[in-house]
Amino acid sequence: MSDIATLQSDLLAQVSAASDEAALEAVRVGALGKKGSISELMKTLGGMSPDERKVQGPLLNGLRDAVTDAIALRKSALADATLEARLASETIDVTLPARPENSGTVHPISQVLEEVTAIFASLGFAVAEGPDVEFDDYNFTKLNIPPDHPARQMQDTFYVSPQADGSSHVLRTHTSPVQVRTMLNSKPPIRIISPGRTYRVDSDATHSPMFHQVEALAIDKGLHLGHLKWTIEEFCKAFFEIDAIELRARPSFFPFTEPSLEWDMRCDRSTPGKIVFGQGNDWLELGGSGMVHRKVLENCGIDASVYSGFALGFGLDRMAMLKYGIPDIRSFFEGDLRWLRHYGFAALDIPSLEGGLSR
Amino acid sequence: MKLTLSWLKEHLETDASVADILAKLNSIGLEVEAVTDAGAALKDFIVGEVITADKHPNADKLRLCSVSTGSENLQIVCGAPNARAGIKVVLARPGTVIPISGDALKIGTVRGVESRGMMCSARELLLGEDHDGIIELKTDAVVGAPVAAALESAGLLSNDPVIEISITPNRGDAASVWGVARDLAAAGLGKLKSGNVAPVAGKFPAPKTITLNFAAENKNACPIFAGRLIRGVKNGPAPKWVQARFKAVGLKSISALVDVTNFVSQDRGRPLHVFDADKVGNLQARMAKDGETVLALDDATYTLTANTIVIADEARALGIAGIMGGKDSGSYDDTVNVFIESAYFDPGHIARAGRKQGIISDARYRFERGVDPQFVLPGLELATQLILEWCGGEASDVVIAGELPPPHAPITFDPAFVEKLGGIVVPRETIISILQKLGFVVADRGAALQVVPPSWRHDVDGPADLVEEVVRIHGLGSVASVPLPRDAGVAQPVLTRAQRRAKSARRAIAARGFNEAVSFSFIAREHAALFGGGDAARQLSNPIASDLDALRPTPLPCLLAAAQRNAARGLSNLSLFEIGPGFTTGMPEAQATIATGLRTGNALRDWAKSAHDADVFDVKADMLAALEAVTGAPMSAPIRKGAPGWYHPGRSGVIALGKTVIAQFGELHPKVLAAFDLKVPAAAFEIFLDALPEAKAKGKARPLFAPSPYQAIERDFAFVVKHEIAAGDIVKAVKNAERALLDSVAIFDVYEGKGVPEGHKSVAISVRLQPKEKTLTEAEIEAIAAAIVAGVTKATGGSLRT
Repeated sequence: MSDIATLQSDLLAQVSAASDEAALEAVRVGALGKKGSISELMKTLGGMSPDERKVQGPLLNGLRDAVTDAIALRKSALADATLEARLASETIDVTLPARPENSGTVHPISQVLEEVTAIFASLGFAVAEGPDVEFDDYNFTKLNIPPDHPARQMQDTFYVSPQADGSSHVLRTHTSPVQVRTMLNSKPPIRIISPGRTYRVDSDATHSPMFHQVEALAIDKGLHLGHLKWTIEEFCKAFFEIDAIELRARPSFFPFTEPSLEWDMRCDRSTPGKIVFGQGNDWLELGGSGMVHRKVLENCGIDASVYSGFALGFGLDRMAMLKYGIPDIRSFFEGDLRWLRHYGFAALDIPSLEGGLSR
Repeated sequence: MKLTLSWLKEHLETDASVADILAKLNSIGLEVEAVTDAGAALKDFIVGEVITADKHPNADKLRLCSVSTGSENLQIVCGAPNARAGIKVVLARPGTVIPISGDALKIGTVRGVESRGMMCSARELLLGEDHDGIIELKTDAVVGAPVAAALESAGLLSNDPVIEISITPNRGDAASVWGVARDLAAAGLGKLKSGNVAPVAGKFPAPKTITLNFAAENKNACPIFAGRLIRGVKNGPAPKWVQARFKAVGLKSISALVDVTNFVSQDRGRPLHVFDADKVGNLQARMAKDGETVLALDDATYTLTANTIVIADEARALGIAGIMGGKDSGSYDDTVNVFIESAYFDPGHIARAGRKQGIISDARYRFERGVDPQFVLPGLELATQLILEWCGGEASDVVIAGELPPPHAPITFDPAFVEKLGGIVVPRETIISILQKLGFVVADRGAALQVVPPSWRHDVDGPADLVEEVVRIHGLGSVASVPLPRDAGVAQPVLTRAQRRAKSARRAIAARGFNEAVSFSFIAREHAALFGGGDAARQLSNPIASDLDALRPTPLPCLLAAAQRNAARGLSNLSLFEIGPGFTTGMPEAQATIATGLRTGNALRDWAKSAHDADVFDVKADMLAALEAVTGAPMSAPIRKGAPGWYHPGRSGVIALGKTVIAQFGELHPKVLAAFDLKVPAAAFEIFLDALPEAKAKGKARPLFAPSPYQAIERDFAFVVKHEIAAGDIVKAVKNAERALLDSVAIFDVYEGKGVPEGHKSVAISVRLQPKEKTLTEAEIEAIAAAIVAGVTKATGGSLRT
C-alpha cells in the first residue's frame, strides 16, 4: 500500500472516529490546515518533475477530495445528531390540554329565525320589524279588534304605565302591528315577514309571558286561500326538511282575517317525548292564518276592492321546539349556560338554502 | 263548551260514529279540545261467563274457575268470595292492561295452578271503590262482547263520550248543545230535530209589570224584556238525570230552580234569570246610576257606573243585567213564587260592563258574543215547562216590554267571490244551498244574491264572511294549492341594514366564544334603576310578577342575573351575550337594539397560565371586533372616558361620534356586582347598533392595491408623561405630528417605577413610517422624529425618556 493510500485510510478513520464537531475540526486542521498532513504533501508537488507530478497530482487531489467529502458528511451527521438530541430534550407532554377557549353559540331562536328568513326570502318576502311597545290602535283597533270585543280576551295584554303625555301603550301581543305599519307605509304588492318578541300575561308549564312570533303578509291583486295554502305547505316542507308533510286546515277565527284558518300537521306522537312528522294519527297545531279582513285593509289605506291578501303566523320558539326537540319553552329565556351550550348552534353554522338549513 | 254525545243526539238525528262527529266538528271550525270516553279505556275487556267454580286444590280461600270467553274456556284462579258458576263477569285476558296498575296482565301460577286471566272488581277498572268482590254483570250481557255496554247496563259506567269544544269569540251561536247540533246538521252530518217549544198557557194575569226605562242614547241596550210569574213552586234538588248531565259537562247543580236557567243556557244558549217573586217589586231594565251598588250571587258587592244595565225594582238595582243576578233577590230552598226574566241585551253593553267589573259568568260569555233574540220568548216557555215539571206550581200570563230587534241587514253577495277569495270553485246552487242550510235567507236576483243572516249569527256582516261560511261547510280540504307568483330573475336581498348589522354582530360575538342568551324584556324595578331605568314611565301596569315589573333599559341586567344563576350552579367563568331591545321610555319606538356582552370569572386553573380575570381589555377587544364585523372596517373613532354609572369609573370607556355614544364598555361597578350577588370579576360591553353611522357609499370596487416599493422604517420612542395622561392622547399626537408617511403607531410598553419620576409613567411606542416616493434620508427621518417628539411633548406635557 502506498503512503497516500495509508494516509487516506488513516485520515478517514480519524474522521469517522470524531465524536463531536471540535474533534472533527481538529482532524480537518490536522489534514487540510496550513500545516496539515495533506497540505504538506501538496506542497511537495512543486518540487516534482513534470512526469512525477502527472502521477502524484491526481493522487493527492483524490486524497484531498476524499477527506474533504468525508469531513463534510461527518459534519452533517454530527449536526443532525446534535439537533436530534436537542429536539429530544425539548419533548413535552402534548396530551396536556390546549389553552382554554370557550366555544360560542347562537340561540335556537336566532338560528330558527335565520332559517325562516332564508325560506321566505326565496319567495320574495322582506323582513319588517316594529317596536315591542305598541300603540293600542296598531295592536288592536286597526286590526279590527275594537275595545270591547271579546277577542281582546283572547290575548291577555301587558299594559305600560301611562306616559307623561297621558298616552298609554301595550306590549304587543302579536307581531301583527308590524303588518299595520307596513301597510300604512307602503303600497301593494307587499310581501313581508314580521318576526319578533311578543308578550302575553300568561305563565305556566307551556306558556311564557314573552315568546316570539313570525308572521307573513302578502297583499296583491288576486290572492286567495289557494296561495295561502301553497305558501304554508312550501314553508313547512322547507323548514322541517321533509317532503312528505301532510297539512290539515280548520276554520277558525281571528278578527283581522276572514276567512280564518288554523293549520295542523300530521305527526306521530305514539312514542313518548318524540314527534315524527309526516306519519301517524296525531295532529300538531302549527298556527293561524287567513285572508286579510277587508276592514283591516281599509284601516290601513289599501283598497279592498282591488287588492286581497293573506296573513299567517306561528310561534318561533314553538317551531324551534318542534324541529330541534326542545321540550320546555320557559327554558329558552333562563340563560342557563348548560342549556345554551346544549341547544345552541355553532357561530359559523349559518343557515342557507344553497347549503341546507341545518346540518 | 262541553256536551255529551247523548245530549247532542237529543237535537241531532245521526248514525255517525263519534270519530266522524269529531272530524266534522274540527272541519267546520268547532275545534275539539278533548274527548273523554270512559268506555275507550276498557275496550280490551270482554264479558265472560263463569262455567265452573271449584275449590283450589292447594288453597282454601281461592277458587279454580273455568270462564268462557264465548270461544274458549279459560282456567282462572280467583280469590273473590262471589266467584261462582253462572255469573257474567268482566274478563281480562293475558295482555290486557289493568287500569288500576297500568300493567299488562300476564299468565300466572297461583299456588301451583296456572291462571290464564282475571275477573275484575270495580276498583281494578277505576269505576268505583268496590273491591269486596268481582263485578257481576246482568244476565243478559253477551259473552265475548266488549264490556262497555254491559257495564253501562249495570250502572257502573256512563258510556257517553264528553266532547269539549273550543268556541271562537265570533261563534256565540255555537255556545249551546242546540247550536252545535244546528251547525253539524248544516254540514250534512244528520238532521236537526224540531226545536219548537210549545207555549204554556197562563193560568192567571201576571201580578207584576215590566218596563224598559232607557234614554234615547241607550235604546238598543235592552230592546226586549219578557217574563212571567210561576206561583206555588217547590224548590229542591234537580232531577237525577239533570245532575248527572251537569256533572258530565262540568256544571254545578245548585237547585232545581237555578238548574233550570243553567240547563236552558247550556241546551239552547239562552241565559235566563229566576227571581224570588216575593222579594222584588215591579221590574224594570235601566242604566245603573253612578255609584249604585249590587250584592251579586258571588257574594261580592259591585259598585256600578252609568254604562251598566241593571234589572231593578222600584227600590233598588236587583242584578247586573246579562252578567250576574243579585244575592238577595234570587231563588233558594224556601222560594215558592218565582218570576222568570228572559231578555235580549246588546253585546257591546254587556262586554263593556263585564270588562269594567271584571266578572266572568256564563251569562256574560253568551250575551257579549250575541244570543238569538228570536229565542227570548221560546226560551221563556221552555223554562216555564221545566219549572212546572221539576218544581210544580202554575204559570201566569207572559208579560213583554219592548220588541224584538230588527233582522240583520241583507248582504249583497256575488257567488263568484267564493272562488276569488276562497280559491275554490263551488257551484252557485251549492253556495245557495249551504247558506240556506245554515239558516241564511237567500234571494237570488240575477248576478248577485241578497243574503240575510239568521238571527243567531252576529258575526256575519260582509261578503268575506259568507265566503267563510261556504268554504267551511264545503270543506277546506278542497282548496287547491296555487303557487305564489315569483319575480323573474335572481331573488333580491331582503334584509334591512339594521337586520344585517344584528346578524353580523351575533355571529362575530359568538365566534369570540360568547353564548347567546335571550332574556325577558322586563326585569325587577330595582335592577332597572341601577342601569338608568326603573322610572314610572317604564313600569308595567299589570306585571306577571313583582320582580318583572319594569321595562329593561338594556339587556345587561338580564345577563348579570343569568350569570349569577349560573354561578350558583358552579359555572362562574362565562361569556354571555344578547342582542335585543333596551327601552328608553314607555313610548312606542323608544327602544334601541343593543348588542350586549358580559364576561365573568377568575383566572382559570389553567396549567398554561394563559387565562386571567375578566377585565376591561377583554371586553374592549370583543367590542372592537363586533364593531368591525358590523361596519366592515376597524373602528377609528377614539375611546374616551364617560361610561355610565354601572361601570367602574376608572376602568371603562365609550366610543362616541360627536355626542352620540355608539358603544360603551368596561369592568362593572362593584355595587352593581353586589346587587346581583356576583362574587367574581365581570366586564361588559354594550353596542348601540342603531346609532352606528351609515357606511359611506364608495361603490363596490376596492381602492387599488399599491404597495410601496420602499423599505418601511420603524422608530421606537419612550415618553415620560404624568400618570393620568391617556396613552390614546400620545398616539393621537403622533398621528397629528406626521400625517403623510405615518403607517401605524403601536404602544409596546408602559412602565412605572424605578427610573421614572413619582406620579409619572413611561410609555414606549413604535412608529412605522412608510416612504411612498423615495427612500428617506437619515436627515429626513430625524426631522420626522423631532416633529413627533415635539408634537407629543406639546400635547401631553411629557418628555422623551433619555
